[in-house]
Amino acid sequence: MRTAWAIAAKDLKERLRDRSAYIIGIVAPLALALVFGFILSPVQDYQFEATFGVVDLDGGPIAELFVEGTLAGSEGVELLRRDSVESAMPLVDRAVAPFGSDEVTAEAVFIIPAGFSDDVQSDRPVTIQVIGNESSEVEAGVAVAMAQGFASQMTSVRVAVATVEEVIQAPVDRLATGVEVLGTESPASIVDVTAATKQLDPVTFYAAGMAVFFVFFTVQFGVTSLLEERHAGTLSRLLVAPIPKWTILAGKSIGAFIVGVVSVTVLVIATALLVDAEWGSPLGVAALILAAVIAAMGIVALVSAFARTAEQAGAFASLVAIILGFLGGTFFDLSQAGGWIADVRFVSPHAWFLRGLADLSGGDVGVVVVPVLAMLAFGLVAGAIGMANLRKGLRP
Amino acid sequence: MGSRPTSGPVLDCFGLRKAFGDLTAVADVGFQIAAGETYGLLGPNGAGKTTTIAMISGLLERDSGDVRVMGEPMSTESTDAKRHIGYVPQDLAIYPDLGARENLRFFGRLYGITGKALDIRVDEVLDIIELRDRADDRSDQYSGGMKRRLNIGIGLLHHPHLLILDEPTVGVDPQSRNAILESVERLGEAGMAVLYTTHYMEEAERLCDRLGIIDRGRLMAEGTQRDLVQIVGEHDRVRLTATGPLNACAGAFREITGVEQSGVADDGIDLIVRDAHGLLPEIFEVASKMEVVVSSVDIDSANLEAVFLQLTGRALRE
Repeated sequence: MRTAWAIAAKDLKERLRDRSAYIIGIVAPLALALVFGFILSPVQDYQFEATFGVVDLDGGPIAELFVEGTLAGSEGVELLRRDSVESAMPLVDRAVAPFGSDEVTAEAVFIIPAGFSDDVQSDRPVTIQVIGNESSEVEAGVAVAMAQGFASQMTSVRVAVATVEEVIQAPVDRLATGVEVLGTESPASIVDVTAATKQLDPVTFYAAGMAVFFVFFTVQFGVTSLLEERHAGTLSRLLVAPIPKWTILAGKSIGAFIVGVVSVTVLVIATALLVDAEWGSPLGVAALILAAVIAAMGIVALVSAFARTAEQAGAFASLVAIILGFLGGTFFDLSQAGGWIADVRFVSPHAWFLRGLADLSGGDVGVVVVPVLAMLAFGLVAGAIGMANLRKGLRP
Repeated sequence: MGSRPTSGPVLDCFGLRKAFGDLTAVADVGFQIAAGETYGLLGPNGAGKTTTIAMISGLLERDSGDVRVMGEPMSTESTDAKRHIGYVPQDLAIYPDLGARENLRFFGRLYGITGKALDIRVDEVLDIIELRDRADDRSDQYSGGMKRRLNIGIGLLHHPHLLILDEPTVGVDPQSRNAILESVERLGEAGMAVLYTTHYMEEAERLCDRLGIIDRGRLMAEGTQRDLVQIVGEHDRVRLTATGPLNACAGAFREITGVEQSGVADDGIDLIVRDAHGLLPEIFEVASKMEVVVSSVDIDSANLEAVFLQLTGRALRE
């Protein structure tokens, strides 16, 4: 093992004298993380904002619940109250707005008909009319969804009250019960525990994405230096030396591992100090970094084993790194995409690294176990095949 | 040198064979080298010298045959036999980003030399290769000759019993070449066994106690220089520096009675003849008929080039 460390130390010494190592390992990922983080953070931080008009022709308690509870209580919603449909329509329809008026200021108008609360109490069909601004499709869609949501709540209350009446064989004050139930906050709250919807802040996300993306380039030097040694003739000297062949591969692997871990760690510390990236528990982050570096080394070894020259190995490994980087969502947060895209990203270690960090941001260090095991599986399986092939190719 | 005594040869190899697909690179090559002996493998480019060395040093699996160094069996996986070998490849095999001292220290560690012993030995080798004053400069700033000397120094670092040098003077300026040859002479005198491959006859004549002449993967003859020259007998070597259709002319020379061999060299034709002075008029007549322009003639007694020509029908520098 002493000779493996000697080979690793020699490789690291050469690497320290190579300026491109600093660029690929630290400067480029740090610069890209900062650029992506700052440019794209307005998109990531988007908050829903809309102006809705409302005409309450009912004035009853259920209508009041909808207006004051559902609409006025929604974050990002500005509510414009009008007394009549005629006075509300100019808010969303330029055709009826007075010439030169800037009345068209709402994305949708809700009209609650007279007798709404009584109809609800009497189990008669009720309607909340939503009139959308034709130029505000998204916000109008949200308005429809809000009305539908309230209707669903009312249906639930109706079913519950009917069930109670059936059980106690006596009528219940539907209006009072409905108002009470609809006005009560749900006793149960849903806490998201999956990373599917959990997000890192933009700066941390891109710092993490660039760190795991570039580590696939950083660790390439372990394999490419082996092929460079063959080209330069120094591999012959290593093969003639009285050392087992595996120590050559071990030395190269140790060197690549150290370079990979150091470059990601420097990036983590730099982004935490420079731009307040929030990485989470140091222990969890350390476990994720070590596993990501091992995954990268394994995959690079597997891909590079098919190369005959250092240039070929670099090209193969870079191609795979870029594909896995995109699949794993290092440039765009695919966890929010849903469907098969959100699932397929886990064929990439990058996705596991990002998921681990996202989980870590909202949980204790134990949440990184699955991502770490997944990345280790990538690294060890691919690495075992790759190293076996590389060993066969150890010849002058 | 290591302390392990041996009563037998330092290197004993026999029946070495290696084929690459349909091409047989080495066939049934074998020889022995004793301690303090310098053995030369003499042959043109592509003769099989480097393949033979690769099998002897454990770089290349052999198809058949056996290699023992200090009695230890050699293979690509063996570490005991490799401990006795110092290897100097034909091409430079040094790390350009590291200085001479760093290169030597790294390879020293691979041979298990550490601590104070490594420091002392590195300084000794730096003195031998005359690079002590530039030891800490990056080796990519060295001249070609300095790099060559470092290339050899790495092979000497661990006091090997057998030093293998594969054409160490190719592409080297005359001054550095002479320095390298002097170093090899001193190593032989110090008791090291040396296996030296070359296609330069002068180097083989100067350095080697015994020689193997190799061509097309086969060992054609082996012995001391005197033994080998005996093969040619009382013959002269005629060297024509000439231009024109040399191949055809060399063939025509072979038809002359008294011409034993004739082959094209790099800038003319070499002949092995009986009574060179008596045959010269006829040789010039044939050259004239073949429209070959002869610019100079050298007549020597038989040497290793003549032996090679006699054995193979080809000039050593073809």
